Amino acid sequence: MLKTFPKGGIHPAEYKITAGKPIEVLPVPKTAIIPVSQHLGAPSTPVVKKGDTVKAGQLIAKSSAFVSANIHSSVSGKVVKIDNVTDTSGYRKTSVIIEVEGDEWDEKIDTGKTLKKEFGLSGEEIIKKTEEAGIVGLGGATFPSHIKLSVPKGKKAEVLIINGAECEPYLTSDHRLMLEKGDELMVGTKLLMKALGVEKAMIGIENNKPDAVEHLTSLAVNYKGISVHPLKVMYPQGAEKQLIKSLINREVPSGGLPIDVGTVVHNVGTAVAVYEAVQKNKPLVERLVTISGKSLKNPGNFMVRIGTPVSELIEAAGGLPEDTGKVINGGPMMGKALNTIEVPVTKGTSGILVFPENESKREEVQNCIRCARCVSICPMALEPYLLKAASERGMWEIVENDKALDCMECGSCSYICPSRLPLLDYIRLGKSNVSRIIRSRKQ
Amino acid sequence: MSKLITVSPSPHMHGKDNVKKLMYWVILALLPAFLVSVIFFGIGALIVTAVSIVACVGFEYLIQKYLMKVKPTISDGSAAVTGLLLAFNLPTNIPVWIILIGALVAIGVGKMSFGGLGNNPFNPALVGRVFLLISFPVQMTSWPEPVVSRTQYADAVTGPTPLAIIKEGISDGIPVSELMGQIPGYFDLFIGRMHGSMGEIGALALIIGGIILLARKVITWHIPVSILATIFVFTGILWGANPEANADPIFHILTGGVLLGAIFMATDYATSPMTPKGMWIYGIGIGIITVVIRIWGAYPEGVSFAILIMNAFVPILNKYIKPKRFGEEVQNG
Repeated sequence: MLKTFPKGGIHPAEYKITAGKPIEVLPVPKTAIIPVSQHLGAPSTPVVKKGDTVKAGQLIAKSSAFVSANIHSSVSGKVVKIDNVTDTSGYRKTSVIIEVEGDEWDEKIDTGKTLKKEFGLSGEEIIKKTEEAGIVGLGGATFPSHIKLSVPKGKKAEVLIINGAECEPYLTSDHRLMLEKGDELMVGTKLLMKALGVEKAMIGIENNKPDAVEHLTSLAVNYKGISVHPLKVMYPQGAEKQLIKSLINREVPSGGLPIDVGTVVHNVGTAVAVYEAVQKNKPLVERLVTISGKSLKNPGNFMVRIGTPVSELIEAAGGLPEDTGKVINGGPMMGKALNTIEVPVTKGTSGILVFPENESKREEVQNCIRCARCVSICPMALEPYLLKAASERGMWEIVENDKALDCMECGSCSYICPSRLPLLDYIRLGKSNVSRIIRSRKQ
Repeated sequence: MSKLITVSPSPHMHGKDNVKKLMYWVILALLPAFLVSVIFFGIGALIVTAVSIVACVGFEYLIQKYLMKVKPTISDGSAAVTGLLLAFNLPTNIPVWIILIGALVAIGVGKMSFGGLGNNPFNPALVGRVFLLISFPVQMTSWPEPVVSRTQYADAVTGPTPLAIIKEGISDGIPVSELMGQIPGYFDLFIGRMHGSMGEIGALALIIGGIILLARKVITWHIPVSILATIFVFTGILWGANPEANADPIFHILTGGVLLGAIFMATDYATSPMTPKGMWIYGIGIGIITVVIRIWGAYPEGVSFAILIMNAFVPILNKYIKPKRFGEEVQNG
């Protein structure tokens, strides 16, 4: 029996078209647009000005608050502008615009491919280097990683969980990373274990990637304390709380954090980024992006410099197909539809999906037939039909009491609804209103 | 880029099932039982089914178009399901005009007066059936003889159902062992060779239909299993206490509307609870009320009443029976 979480879950068609496509390196763009806010938390403060010359890997914006992250230049060249530019969120954000000249890296950075396994650093030093390198959660949440590594007083981490579930359809970047950068992932995991002071790490991988499970299992023999666990293919297996439940059978309490149950979860991409930051002095300036879609000529997995326009990535994949109706930043279940493809790839861009016109529009809505499917598939055991009805009528008390804030917006309810009701849209409305009410209560 | 692209919130993918498909799976799952009634009741089964479906779909269309003035939604198949289920609950010699009244009550009162699909608190087909049972008790309780009535409709030879024979006999003080000789054997009960409403007779066919619904995940097992288990245990206790004054539990499961009710009527989406725990309470309630009516009530059969009574409790069950939330009760270790 494969491990899984006990409540809810769905199994959407996988469409892992690019699973067999090895990582390709996307050429450096002509102009890089690097937003100073690519993470959860406060935007960073630019430390370069118009006319400055920068090297790849050089700090260009400094973390400005406790929850914030450094931003480094991903290219070498000249800062031509610091301006408001539309990013993947659809909002205009302060960005450093660099005209690329050559590809010169900061001297401290080791850009070689040789694996560096040994390290003599202490936990604090690893956390400090992670912070300096501007590493954020690469699964898509982009929460600054060093904060998760600093275990608060009174709590204790017992086990590190490495998330290689990649439960979103289409996305394969984590899959390729596990296959092609397995050793880096293992060393990165050891570094994270050292930082947290734990002896045990578990890598969870959905069982639709048997090659990755096999590869990492064979590598894990050489890395003490790391074990690899195949997981049942069930969306949202890669959601933090569900993954913890699947692997160590503990439930993060409502409103709580993984550390409350003695664990910390990091994405496989984050572990590799930590390896590069600590062992190679390389800050987070590039990431692996899956570009996929049924009509694309050359879908694939690309190593992309942060700040590369999405349009260039689409060009590399064969250009925007004629029938394009929607472009999504992220997976099809939780990703955000872009309003333009002239936006930069940022730290949180795990995939770019190009959907044809006929899959882009929502279908006609019917009455709720009370089939109870949304209730049975909700992984948080909420009642989406009820939250929708209450939100629609402005009954915020019900929305709050029935735990709308536990909703992680996985989208399973909207996916399964036979009446095509936009359940999650209404739950989001309810969540934002309840959050507002709770804030006003505190004042 | 000149092309306009769609921007909408996630998720951007959707499951393949829709209301129409679910309804057509229900119809498909009812077909085995329909075939059994055609085999045993012949022409009567065909007439009753055709009239009931056409009437239900027609009334829904007319009410939506001319009374509610909305776009008719008959193509979703829900009116056809109601029509088919109403037919399953009628004797196959019932006059056409009574079917029309039943269909009008089922669709007009049972469904559309509450706002249509998904809004009705009571199972529409059962509202229709119970209205007819109370209004036309003679026509609703004269059941054609299986096999011999194949070519007859209104002039069919009729007789009582096994449940009625047992109930009457017990109240006259005749021991059950003697009464069992007056009703068909277990094999006949299992395949459906008995007096009864059109669609309730074929136990085997109904079970096959139930398996189709479960396999296709149209329904979950909670409601059918809780109803059947409750009836089995309850009648089992009574039978164990006094086998000469009570029929055995297998007889109770195979006769009357228990299987049809448990698999197809009580599982109606709109009128059943939303959570598994609620479904258990609902199912157990239906089981208990059914047995109470059968053993101590005025009618030999009580499934329809039991389902309608428990339908009334569904809003309360939905309000107070909540799923156990993820992370609500933490027992870590």
